[in-house]
Amino acid sequence: MNAFTDRAARAVADTTLKLAIDRTTGTARTKRDAAVRAWPQFQQARELGRQIKDHVIAHLDHYLLEFERNAIASGAKVHWARNAQEACDITIRICKDAGARSVTRAKSMLGEEIGLPQALAEAGITRVETDLAEHIIQLAGDPPSHIVWPALHKTREQVAALFRAHHTDPGAMATVEAMVSSARRELRAKFMAADVGISGANFLVADTGAICTVTNEGNAELTTTPPRVHIVTAGIEKLVPSTAHAMSLLRLLVRSATGAELTQYTTFHCGPKRAGDRDGPEEFHIVLVDNGRTRMLGEGLAEMLRCLRCGACLNHCVVYRQIGGHAYGGVYPGPMGSVLTPVLDGLAESKDLPKACTLNGMCQEVCPVNIPLPTLLRGWRDKAWREGLEPTTTRGALGIWRFMVLRPGLYRLATRIALPVMRLFARRGWIAAMPLAGGWTRHRDLPAPAAQSFMTQLRQRKSAR
Amino acid sequence: MSEVVADAPRVGLFVTCLVDSMRPSIGFAAIALLEAAGCRVEIPTSQTCCGQPALNSGDRDGAIRIAQHTIALLEEFDHVVIPSGSCAATIIVHYPELFAHGSLWHARAGKLAGRTFELLTYLAEIRRWAPRNVALAAKATYHDSCSGLRELGIKAQPRCLLAGVAGLALTELEGSETCCGFGGTFCVKYPAISNAIVGEKAGHIADTGAELLLGGDLGCLMNMAGKLHRAGSPVRSFHAAEVLAGMADGPAIGEGA
Repeated sequence: MNAFTDRAARAVADTTLKLAIDRTTGTARTKRDAAVRAWPQFQQARELGRQIKDHVIAHLDHYLLEFERNAIASGAKVHWARNAQEACDITIRICKDAGARSVTRAKSMLGEEIGLPQALAEAGITRVETDLAEHIIQLAGDPPSHIVWPALHKTREQVAALFRAHHTDPGAMATVEAMVSSARRELRAKFMAADVGISGANFLVADTGAICTVTNEGNAELTTTPPRVHIVTAGIEKLVPSTAHAMSLLRLLVRSATGAELTQYTTFHCGPKRAGDRDGPEEFHIVLVDNGRTRMLGEGLAEMLRCLRCGACLNHCVVYRQIGGHAYGGVYPGPMGSVLTPVLDGLAESKDLPKACTLNGMCQEVCPVNIPLPTLLRGWRDKAWREGLEPTTTRGALGIWRFMVLRPGLYRLATRIALPVMRLFARRGWIAAMPLAGGWTRHRDLPAPAAQSFMTQLRQRKSAR
Repeated sequence: MSEVVADAPRVGLFVTCLVDSMRPSIGFAAIALLEAAGCRVEIPTSQTCCGQPALNSGDRDGAIRIAQHTIALLEEFDHVVIPSGSCAATIIVHYPELFAHGSLWHARAGKLAGRTFELLTYLAEIRRWAPRNVALAAKATYHDSCSGLRELGIKAQPRCLLAGVAGLALTELEGSETCCGFGGTFCVKYPAISNAIVGEKAGHIADTGAELLLGGDLGCLMNMAGKLHRAGSPVRSFHAAEVLAGMADGPAIGEGA
């Protein structure tokens, strides 16, 4: 067992985790399915979405500069970060310059990717997660297990217990509404007390310099408006040419994520507070993060930069639905995570992820921008093979098999020897255990092979004629 | 058997390595069905495996060499027919991807891809064949194997053909388009995950109340049948070709032969 299979085995044995996964992903699949069926032009919209993303990715340099120009014109300060370390350093420096002791944060997977929670802790800055699910996992001390529902691994019963233990005025916790109210009471004062608010961005709009956030809780607005300083950390692939393009992608994103037509809150943030504005931050910083994205362009992973982070591929993945997000061991789980984690953590560290996939193709089928996830995962497998990351036993076994497959006479001979040997282990047609077949027979029976192969039987039938 | 007419297509049957070793009856069912559909069937004797294990393990060079072997073996036929969606998809979808555009091998792979068919699709759409005088009084359910479903669009064809079997009642399986957890070498590399997936699948199969589980890919069928048997389920599993060829009165998968 290695670290991944160990984590996966523990996850598979956790029935509470399975209940939590099934509740949320089941609802997500049902609602997404209904939303897509109610949208006759879904496939055309999906193709348009793909084209928008591919166009931007092909002209990243152009749109990045246009975005920067317009963001600066709106009063924002734009920062460029080549990697996670630079992104964190810039963000912490802005916080320190603002004399920040407490920051509020609206959920951002990019923030997780660059390790911002840890960086804030190391800088001695209090971090308040304001997304309800992020609030839950902050109390629990867990990393996110899903890119849309970070606390997906927690049942509502477990959340009630957490709130009872940590909230100052938890109340009865009898209903989900009561639990949400408790979180609301807990967070409200902290929203108002924060020195800096940090958010991600769902879109960076090149022709206006605005950034767009979508939430269902309004926490992004409360994170970005009351504090003196608003910092946006965003991956450079979030660019779109215009607001109209953002809207086209928004329709795909929200339906694919939650099955709703639109999020409760969709906000375009453009520059800091202006003269006459009643509220808004005095400083507005945008940190544009590369962190491997331009490298992906050159390494055959450009299609992955289409990703809208909707989570549909996670919700529909048979593997994710059994092991949940934490077992993957990276920031991003599921099919999209298995493509991205080798970029972020290195292939040697994450070589199981592209293999722990049945290549069934459902992830691509539900992807709102048609990312060929199975093809990209195969690409990682090819690379792992070329770089010798496969165990020597696997390479050896496949090598022997390949040698025989290419030599039909030898292959027939091997079959003629192997089949009767295998049948020695069979009882009434089934093999319950056999050397070298433990991977199969640990959990299921293996049908006994034929006494004689098809080819042998065919030859006998022909000569009998 | 219907008569083989003069302009009958010369069909090369690629039975697949799993059928060769594990369940030859599927190969014989395919011969019977193709002949009934008016084809001249030949079985090239140098066939082994389409190379999918190499392709899916990242051994691209191995996959290329096996593809070249298989292309050379099969390209002489009018049509090539395969009783498996995933092996057919390997030849139809993935062989051309293995070779550089403009190369001779790319052209040969493309030409073979254009005349290769999964068995049930070939019978239903190309030969427009329908079963006659085939009867099986049973309640069955059907699992759509993923490669065939998503790479080749196999969905209606098996249902359409099976609807012509007298007495056979087909009940739809909840999650019939959800992977069974086989995934080739996936199921032995990650047995705990695969088991959890096929365990859920076995539950859905049991929920249908069907006596028979049918499908078009032996790998997936072996996975599901093996789990059902381990769980003590009475559900019996057959390849759809066996049912269509009137061979479902024989032993099911795992019942010995």
